[in-house]
Amino acid sequence: MAVDRDTVIRVARLARIKVPEGDLDTLAGELSNIMGWVEQLAEVDTDGVDPMTSVADMKLRWRADEVTDGGIRDRVTANASDPRDGMFSVPKVIE
Amino acid sequence: MSLLEGRTGDWEIVIGLEIHAQVTSKSKLFSGASTEFGAEPNTQVSLVDAAMPGMLPVINERAVEQAVRTGLGLNAQINLVSIFDRKNYFYPDLPQGYQISQFLDPVVGKGEIEIDLADGTSRTIGITRLHLEQDAGKSIHDQDPRKTLIDLNRSGVALMEIVSEPDMRSAEEAGAYVTKIRSIVRYLGTCDGNMQEGSLRADVNVSVRKPGGELGTRSEIKNVNSIRFIREAIDYEARRQIEIIEDGGTVDQETRLFDPDRGETRSMRSKEESHDYRYFPDPDLLPLELEQSWVDAIRESLPELPDEKKHRFMGEYGLSVDDAAQLIAERETAEYFEAVAEGRDPKIAANWVTGELFGALNRTDTDLSASTVSADMLGKLVDLISDGTLSNRLAKEVFEIMFETGDDPEKIVEERGMKQVTDTGAIEAAVDDAIAAGAAQVEQYKGGNEKILGWFVGQVMKATQGKANPQAVNEILRKKLDG
Repeated sequence: MAVDRDTVIRVARLARIKVPEGDLDTLAGELSNIMGWVEQLAEVDTDGVDPMTSVADMKLRWRADEVTDGGIRDRVTANASDPRDGMFSVPKVIE
Repeated sequence: MSLLEGRTGDWEIVIGLEIHAQVTSKSKLFSGASTEFGAEPNTQVSLVDAAMPGMLPVINERAVEQAVRTGLGLNAQINLVSIFDRKNYFYPDLPQGYQISQFLDPVVGKGEIEIDLADGTSRTIGITRLHLEQDAGKSIHDQDPRKTLIDLNRSGVALMEIVSEPDMRSAEEAGAYVTKIRSIVRYLGTCDGNMQEGSLRADVNVSVRKPGGELGTRSEIKNVNSIRFIREAIDYEARRQIEIIEDGGTVDQETRLFDPDRGETRSMRSKEESHDYRYFPDPDLLPLELEQSWVDAIRESLPELPDEKKHRFMGEYGLSVDDAAQLIAERETAEYFEAVAEGRDPKIAANWVTGELFGALNRTDTDLSASTVSADMLGKLVDLISDGTLSNRLAKEVFEIMFETGDDPEKIVEERGMKQVTDTGAIEAAVDDAIAAGAAQVEQYKGGNEKILGWFVGQVMKATQGKANPQAVNEILRKKLDG
């Protein structure tokens, strides 16, 4: 699958990555190569094979429903640039 | 079928709902922070909920159990293997940059429930699926002129998203659907159903079409948090879409918000372009696998559910759909009714519970649990009617006193001398007096005016302070006047 300029612009926008105009063609080429490389996997016949979800044979771990965490507001907001009343603050976003 | 009339003919509304129900659990879906409502901002946040680098989610057993229990209550397929996916979007109250949700393989598949309508009919509404997902944090826009403040206490709380088929055709049906879902989760104890606190809220998909025609373009009204608003939003939105189409325009597929103050929906364009969520399986979480025996054990532990109870009340007690639907809405109400009905005429019991009791509770804005009239007391009142001590009219008066004072009906009747007079001698005397006093009325009656009988009944009731047995009064009156 070839990735074109418009796709690069859209993907970058969705990922909130700023891509300079001049880099678009280069990126489109690189991403196309990566896609082509991954697409080689499609050559393998996987009919009847369950998707592999882990390299190790293990099951999802469950926890009991107990309150074991929280009460660490200072740590949670330690890196916030401008906390207000224990809350994070960001430039106003209004619907 | 309820249709809306437009300038170009009738229109049919097609409605589907996505209900977000907060799972009743002590801790969050993937972390050990508390889910308690109303705590100080950011005090119930673990480093997992704040999406600190390197933190890994670990699933809460209880949240899974609650989702399965709810699925069983919706008569739905339980999927023994389901997958958690990442739903990617950027918003300040979503620190991970993605919501952990379930996309292609939800824990619960197709099911169905019954809804009960005001005209006394019921309809079946299909459930498409139920999946588990994380709630986001809370954005507060009104505390600072230039900043939005973020509280992550709700971030990571377990939600069940219950998706319906587009089976509803009116605002009333949508309201009845939410009422039933709320009732089911409350019976099951899987969600407290508190719409004011946001524990239960709905996204409403609305489109219009010519009856039986192709489906129209839908709009999605986000996060409506009361049944009344859901109905209002649907009525407004359907009208808006019909007008656009009849004016020759097309409806945009978009997300809208309902503004309860203005009673209208408006576009939420800002989020539109980010609707590409790029779902993919969350690499931090292995598939959720359930044992059939574990699911069966949950099924065994289910209480009698609202629809089962409704059918039992109709079959066992001979109640109408309407009465049964009212009585089963809350588990406590159903239990109350059954206590009143025990060993008595169930229809009379149902009338007293849905009539006088509900009326008094509504009027005083009281919860059944705080009612001064216990089921035992209401039962005694019904007994006093059955054994002829009280007429219906007197019983209503006694009920008012019971509701006000919390006194026992027998005590009220005894102390206030409210016994119905069935002593024919006393009634006959009063009838004689009335006839003597109403020579003109007697003439009218003999002239064929049957209605004048009411005047005599009124006189006799006045003379006996309303305590005369109405049936006996009528009989004696007729006997004396006709004889």
